[in-house]
Amino acid sequence: MELQKALKWMSLFNDKIQENKSYLSDLDTPIGDGDHGANMARGMAAVMAEIEGKSIEDTAELFKIVAMQLISKVGGASGPLYGSAFMGMAKADQTASIDKLLESGLEMIQKRGKATAGEKTMVDVWIPFISAFQKDQIDKETIEEALESTKEMVATKGRASYVGERSKGHLDPGACSSAYLFQALLESKVDNEG
Amino acid sequence: MKDKLGILIVSHSFYLAKGIKCLIDQVAPDVAITVCGGLSEDEIGTSLEFIEEGVESNPCQEILAFYDLGSARMNLEMAQEMSDKQITIFDVAFVEGTYTAAALLQAGVDKEAILSQLAELEINK
Repeated sequence: MELQKALKWMSLFNDKIQENKSYLSDLDTPIGDGDHGANMARGMAAVMAEIEGKSIEDTAELFKIVAMQLISKVGGASGPLYGSAFMGMAKADQTASIDKLLESGLEMIQKRGKATAGEKTMVDVWIPFISAFQKDQIDKETIEEALESTKEMVATKGRASYVGERSKGHLDPGACSSAYLFQALLESKVDNEG
Repeated sequence: MKDKLGILIVSHSFYLAKGIKCLIDQVAPDVAITVCGGLSEDEIGTSLEFIEEGVESNPCQEILAFYDLGSARMNLEMAQEMSDKQITIFDVAFVEGTYTAAALLQAGVDKEAILSQLAELEINK
């Protein structure tokens, strides 16, 4: 991915997180500990502060900065998960297509969180997004549908799994922040070639 | 301390981590135990940085790690990958598991026997 596009991606993602900070925490309240919005907002603010005025050489370096800030500043499960995703992308072959890059991120999320499809987690947005991206069939609706699909799922991983069946009927907050991540990616005009 | 096993307690809560340590200090006065609890005294959470400190400040090279909730495990795993020490993470009942390991270490029981005792306390975390 071109560095300029990647920078734009992070900046748009940060905008969405800051705008929807309360909404994300509200989603996290009935099935979690109610701090997803505040945590992500703190993490992305730290990312933006770290990037600003710094001369960054390439996309891999940018992703590494993002990873380290999210791991150390977000807390909760989303810090290690998003942090690992960006670390996976930082270590991936930067000349490969974007779907491959995202797959490296997803791989790390699954390694860290052990979640598979259908467990009401961010993975349920990452998997359909990557597969639609590969087929060049991606638009905002695809992301919305993936996010919406988490509503009827019963959580078996993460904090929401403690409420079991009662997690049904709620959108997953991590899936929602991942939906913002991918909306931001589309708005950065990134296609599969970079 | 080099050839001995140490214990690391990781909790989202400062008081929970301290409380478990108080509890097991009674049965295991000679076991090296370090604790990482909360982000501060009243802030709930776990952080990689604090866990790394807990690992480094433990005098033992080999550490048995116990945690409360799932996201603590993720930070523990990252610390495990970054540290030169050998860290084993247990998915066991937090209080019972930590207590069992400490009591057995104090009694001089070997690692293999401790692992098999702990296996009985495994839970889905």
